[in-house]
Amino acid sequence: MNLQFLLDGTLAGAMIGLGAIGATLTYSILRFSNFAHGDFMAWGAYAALAVVGLLGGSTPTVPLSFGWPLLLAMVVAMGLTAVLALALDWLLFARLRARGQAIIVVMASFGASMALRSLLEFLFTSRPTYFSRAIQMAMPLGLGIKITADQVALLVLTLLLVTGMHLFISRSQRGREMRAYAQNPALAQVVGIDVASVVRATWVIGAALACAAGVMVGVLVQIRPLMGLSLLLPIFAAAILGGIGSVPGAVLGGLIIGLSEAATVQFVGAEWRAAVAFVILMVVLLVRPMGLFGVAER
Amino acid sequence: MMIDILGYGAFFLSTALIFALITLGLNLQWGLTGLFNVGIAGFVAIGAYASAILTTPDAADRIGGFGWPIALGWVGAATIAAAAAAFTGYATLRLKADYLAITTFGVAVVVQLVALNAQGLTGGPFGVAFIPRPFAAVQDQPVLFNFANLAVVAGVTLAVFLALERLSNSPWGRVLRALREDERAALALGKSARSYRIQAFAVGGAVMGLAGAVQAHFIGFIAPDNYLPTLTFQVWSMLMVGGSGSNRGAVFGAIVVWAIWVGSGSLTAAIVPGDLQARAASLQIVAIGTMLCMILLWRPQGFFGPRPRRP
Repeated sequence: MNLQFLLDGTLAGAMIGLGAIGATLTYSILRFSNFAHGDFMAWGAYAALAVVGLLGGSTPTVPLSFGWPLLLAMVVAMGLTAVLALALDWLLFARLRARGQAIIVVMASFGASMALRSLLEFLFTSRPTYFSRAIQMAMPLGLGIKITADQVALLVLTLLLVTGMHLFISRSQRGREMRAYAQNPALAQVVGIDVASVVRATWVIGAALACAAGVMVGVLVQIRPLMGLSLLLPIFAAAILGGIGSVPGAVLGGLIIGLSEAATVQFVGAEWRAAVAFVILMVVLLVRPMGLFGVAER
Repeated sequence: MMIDILGYGAFFLSTALIFALITLGLNLQWGLTGLFNVGIAGFVAIGAYASAILTTPDAADRIGGFGWPIALGWVGAATIAAAAAAFTGYATLRLKADYLAITTFGVAVVVQLVALNAQGLTGGPFGVAFIPRPFAAVQDQPVLFNFANLAVVAGVTLAVFLALERLSNSPWGRVLRALREDERAALALGKSARSYRIQAFAVGGAVMGLAGAVQAHFIGFIAPDNYLPTLTFQVWSMLMVGGSGSNRGAVFGAIVVWAIWVGSGSLTAAIVPGDLQARAASLQIVAIGTMLCMILLWRPQGFFGPRPRRP
């Protein structure tokens, strides 16, 4: 049996998990499922592509297919994606949230998602594009698994981002405020937590991580306007599987879904990959809707 | 010339009324009951494929081809779509509203996947052809054929419209409205929120499935590409323009938005050079998406919706 699917699944799971962190925080703090979250990924990837272009291309640092310019571009793009999210909140979501009907905000995010995605198609056409077209040699790891230098680098990057995120949410003052607001908004306001900055922090973190995930997809697979849409269902499924509001849960959920997708490709057929997230979502909703690390709804 | 315009008018109106049917189904789910469905395209596709499989002549390369009469195919389509909607509601309606939205989104993804890949059932990417069309006997007289089809589509739409109007003014409809406006009060009166919502979601799904079947028989051919997320999005815009909560608004919104869609589509086709047309088409979706958000911000009741109550 070829064990390569374990590595492929872990990589896919890392990208889904990074996206799911943002989705789960938006859901638990702003209290709506953001259908435009996948489009933050796509916008982030295209923003990084544009910045790399401005920097005059990314000279590869051997053995990687990319170099420092791409990492720099990713940091800039994370900032740009955060600005996009904050602008969208200011223009649309905050106004609708103030009216107190959560589901209207979901609908607005659906409309915004459609508009954002089609705007990308207008600007960059729907043809896929790449950060680099270089072919990488894969190094054998044993047990029939092969890994490229890019994959190692991106796994390390994910590990850093997730650990940093976990420490931020669990240790920092802002992270504590975010958790407090998620648990009990009224009480959080009473003790003097600045709601506006909690909301801002949530958007910035969610958008920046979505952008990082988008850039990873761009390096490992390809960049196209629909990339966010096709990852949206796995992201939501991972956030719900992990338990809404839980950062480690979102990452674990992402890994489980990524590995199940890879196993499906290996044992069932690549054409059914996109159904895996839905099957897992249905099982979770029927059996344990609070997810792995969630708390029961009050 | 005059005849052509009349024929085209009938064709346009038939298509718009099929959209109106879907929008009526959504109005029952969202406008009356407050259930958010992002998988409309999936339920329409279920109806279209169900009726196509039941009514087409026997085919060697896939299951089905039962050759049933068209009317029975439509009943089958509505029943199967209702069952799919009922199961979706059963799994999610005891949870928060967002879970229904996410799950319906997933339903659309999976239906699209099955339509593309389960070749033995759905014909795969090539779809199902030779779906019997009502009045196929007069197919060689386009004007007569178009008007006969329009009569059927208009008849179905009117019947569904009247049935939904009646339903929403019945005690059943009053419970749905009560649940939407003040769930706690309705629960205190002993109404089971979950069961009523599942019923409403299933009936709405049945109307969407019926619309899919009517469209399949109107065109005579279906393929997975007909049921992309853009369809869901168009129907939502139609309901929001018309005003959610009003059946008249749903029909009106469907016709207006479809006219804008077709009009702006042929306008870009006329003035934009060929190689840029795909990009212009995406700009069309950007415009409609922005319009949807602006309606949500500034005129949430649409043209026909009930006046917003003061909080």
